[in-house]
Amino acid sequence: MSTEASPGLPWLRATVAAIRSETPFVKTIAFDVPHWRGHLAGQHVDIRLTAEDGYQAQRSYSIASPQGSDPRIELTVENVEEGEVSPFLLNVLALGDAIELRGPIGGYFTWRPARAGLLMLIAGGSGVVPLMAMLRTRAAAADDTPVRLLCSSRTKSDIVYRGELDRQSSAGNGVAIVHTLTRGQPAGWAGERGRIDQTMLNKHCWPAEEKPCIFVCGPTPFVEAVANALVALDHVPERIKTERFGPSGGLT
Amino acid sequence: MSDHDIVPLDGNAAAGRLMDVFAVDMTGATVMCEGCGRESALATLALYGGAVGLVLRCPRCDAVNLRVSNTGRSIRIDLRGASRISIHLTP
Repeated sequence: MSTEASPGLPWLRATVAAIRSETPFVKTIAFDVPHWRGHLAGQHVDIRLTAEDGYQAQRSYSIASPQGSDPRIELTVENVEEGEVSPFLLNVLALGDAIELRGPIGGYFTWRPARAGLLMLIAGGSGVVPLMAMLRTRAAAADDTPVRLLCSSRTKSDIVYRGELDRQSSAGNGVAIVHTLTRGQPAGWAGERGRIDQTMLNKHCWPAEEKPCIFVCGPTPFVEAVANALVALDHVPERIKTERFGPSGGLT
Repeated sequence: MSDHDIVPLDGNAAAGRLMDVFAVDMTGATVMCEGCGRESALATLALYGGAVGLVLRCPRCDAVNLRVSNTGRSIRIDLRGASRISIHLTP
C-alpha cells in the first residue's frame, strides 16, 4: 500500500544520525528527516513501526530540539518496559537505520518566543522533553521571557538533560530551575524532596495573580495531581496546558 | 485488563490520527460535551485507544465525546457525544 494513498499527514522516512544516552533508561535519538516542514517547541511526531507480517505499532514522541526547520530533529525516548515501540527505538535502532515518522503534530501544547508574560514549566520524569524544546527555543532566540522549571525525577541519575539544565540555570538570564527527587536524595542534596504538591508549587510557581503561562507534562497521574494543585492555588485552567504520556492506554 | 486498569493519555496523542480526518490541527479545538455541557480543548480529553480506534472522553463527566476508527480500509467517525466542536482559526 503506498503511503500516498493515505489521507492526512504523510509518513516520512527518518534516518538515525546520532544516538546519545541521557540517563540509564533514556536516550536521545537524532533523525535526519528530508522534507521536514519545521516545528514549534512542544510539538510531537508519530512513529510507526511495521513488522514483517504487516502488524503496525504507533506511538507519539515529543520533539526535543528547538523550534525551526532544521531537517535534523531530536527525540528523547524513555524505555517503557513491555512497550512495543520504545524498546525497539532504544535497543535495536542503530546509526543509519530508517523508520517511518510523521509530523509535526499538535498546536495546543506549544510555546513561541516573544510572548509577553511568565513561563512556568513543570515536568515529571521524561515529561521534561517538550519543555526542554521550549527552553532551547527560548535560548536560541535570545528571548528574555522569565522562565521557571520545576522538574520531578526519581533519583539524581534519572534527571534528563541534567548538565544542560545546570548550564541554563547558572547562565542566569532569567532561567530558574528547581529539581525534586522522589526516591531518595544524595547526601548534600540542595533541591526539593518528594512529589510535587501544593506546598511545593506555592513555593516555586509564580502566584496566580501574576498570570504565568503554565505547561505541565508527565505521566497521567502526575499531570492530574499537579493540575489539580494549580487550580487549588487559583490558577485558571485556561492558562494551564497539559500533556500526558504513559505506557498504557496509548495508541498501538 | 479492564477499562479501569488503563491510564488514559490525552487528546494531544490523538492529534496525528485526527489529521487523517480533519484538515487542521484539532488539539486546540474545543469540544462541548453532550453529557455535561463542559467545553474543553480537545487536547485535554481523556484518550483511550487501540490498534484500530480511539475514544476521547470528557475530562469532567467521562462521557464519550468522539470515536474514530481506522481499519486501513475505512475511517469511521462517531460524534454523537459532542454537541459542538469549535475550531479556532489562527488570525
